[in-house]
Amino acid sequence: MKKSINGSTLKKFITLALTFAIVQVLVSTNIINDYIFSTLATICINIILATSLNLITGFTGQFSLGHAGFMSIGAYTCAIITLRNPTMLGFVIGALAGAMLAAFIGFFVGLPTLRLKGDYLAIATLGMSEIIRILFINLDSVTNGAAGLSGIPQFINWGWLFVFTAGTIILLNNFIKSSYGRACISLREDEIAAESMGINSTKYKVIAFVTGAFFAGIAGAVYSSYYYFLEPNLFNFQKSIDILVIVVLGGLGSLSGSVIAAILLALISTYLQSFPELRMVIYAILLIVIMLFRPQGIMGSKELSLTVFKKWTRGLRDKKNGGVA
Amino acid sequence: MLEITNLNVHFGVIHAIKGISLTVNEGEIVTLIGANGAGKTTTLRTISGLKKPTSGTITFEGNDITNLDARQRVKIGISQVPEGRRVFSTMTVLENLELGAYLRRDKAGINKDYQMVFERFPILADRKKQMAGTLSGGEQQMLAMGRALMSRPKLLFLDEPSMGLAPLLVQEIFDIIKDINDKGTTILLVEQNASMALQIADRAYVMETGKITLSGTGKELIQSEEIKKAYLGG
Ligand SMILES: Nc1ncnc2c1ncn2[C@@H]1O[C@H](COP(=O)(O)OP(=O)(O)O)[C@@H](O)[C@H]1O
Ligand SMILES: [Mg+2]
Repeated sequence: MKKSINGSTLKKFITLALTFAIVQVLVSTNIINDYIFSTLATICINIILATSLNLITGFTGQFSLGHAGFMSIGAYTCAIITLRNPTMLGFVIGALAGAMLAAFIGFFVGLPTLRLKGDYLAIATLGMSEIIRILFINLDSVTNGAAGLSGIPQFINWGWLFVFTAGTIILLNNFIKSSYGRACISLREDEIAAESMGINSTKYKVIAFVTGAFFAGIAGAVYSSYYYFLEPNLFNFQKSIDILVIVVLGGLGSLSGSVIAAILLALISTYLQSFPELRMVIYAILLIVIMLFRPQGIMGSKELSLTVFKKWTRGLRDKKNGGVA
Repeated sequence: MLEITNLNVHFGVIHAIKGISLTVNEGEIVTLIGANGAGKTTTLRTISGLKKPTSGTITFEGNDITNLDARQRVKIGISQVPEGRRVFSTMTVLENLELGAYLRRDKAGINKDYQMVFERFPILADRKKQMAGTLSGGEQQMLAMGRALMSRPKLLFLDEPSMGLAPLLVQEIFDIIKDINDKGTTILLVEQNASMALQIADRAYVMETGKITLSGTGKELIQSEEIKKAYLGG
């Protein structure tokens, strides 16, 4: 038993190291040029956003419309700190401070609303992100208002992108596999049954929500340092919906689904960039088709792993054999 | 062991439980019977801390537990098999059982109790890795019972365990309930299947629209003309 766990950890580690090294080589040799790199950055930021929202909505079953708000807190906090202290250390401190502030605000919005039974969270988070956006527009002296912050020092390279994205996935995956994660999933499944097992529903909902907000803050920090420009309207309601679309498309309750959907959508929108009118149409059609034929999302609540793949191919083989017999 | 005095429960303006009192002694099977909407589920949910009463007291083993939350009540040994089973359907049988032991930290004891549950419900052992949602109704009922046992309750509530099950299975479930009781767990059983419940119960309470209208030993109530007419189809 123990041996196989170590084996799979080793395999995961090797996969991660290889991914990092291959992309690093492609970046150094300029095969991944600035243009491709910007798609890569978008993918990584969206992966962090979608997996963290998936923890809240997909795994814990709490409907949040405030992810763009948490992202903006991370983005602005990190930008303001790095503008005053344009060093690598300043960036790291800014990113952590932004994530922590997002988590902190998540706590204050989450605690009162998550105690109530019913979908108050959606309304509260929607209101929260609008308030934050309006605050950023009006806090001229700190945020430069609607004109936005520009010239934010850039520290994001492939190394940082990788650390933040892989780090988020690994930490969220560990959370979900832990007894905390089990409790969160049980709340999604059946809150009354979970409570009668002695699971404190408010506690775990708040933990999931605050954790999700933290990583949205991280995504915001990465965003601000890569795109070096921020304005409040980047983080409007539409942005929260975009993130939700990735989560639903990939599958509520599947981290690998969120990763796949983030990659897929980024590729599609990059590919269609030169046809902006067509882009929205094709995007919409794709969503409708997927929801029609696979309403549970690409992955459902399953995770992509070697065993799933093996089962799947075995299933295909059985079907084929059955057809012959 | 459990003593409820003058319990009142409201849902907004609806007065669902109207000043009931009942007692469960250690080692007993006590059943609470009554028509749909009488307030049986609400009574159980109030005793297990999922619903706050408007007034009244609940004591367990001599301690007032009226103000404890659900978690603390599980910790002191009260557990329930909820109405409609409510298994965690996208989790495996084993994960469901794990959650039943959520508040326990004694690894060795928990492992022993998995064996205990699997011995009692061999079908669950065969289906360990299967998603709970894909089990049959009877299997889900057994899983819900096994899950409740995983917290090692001193007092176990069962809310309509026979609901929607074939007669043969109902008999099996009642035999298991009797056996759980023989092994030392006190039981409060809510049932609409009054005849079966009264047969295994030491004592029984009859509930009508939020009030307890009749009580006695299981044998007495089976003989009672009122009960025969209202609940036993005679
Ligand atoms: N969540 C609820 N909200 C409002 N009324 C409820 C709720 N649950 C139960 N009731 C009411 O309380 C009464 C008792 O219901 P219940 O305890 O479920 O009865 P039983 O389990 O005996 O069928 C009924 O009148 C029911 O309509
Ligand atoms: Mg009921």
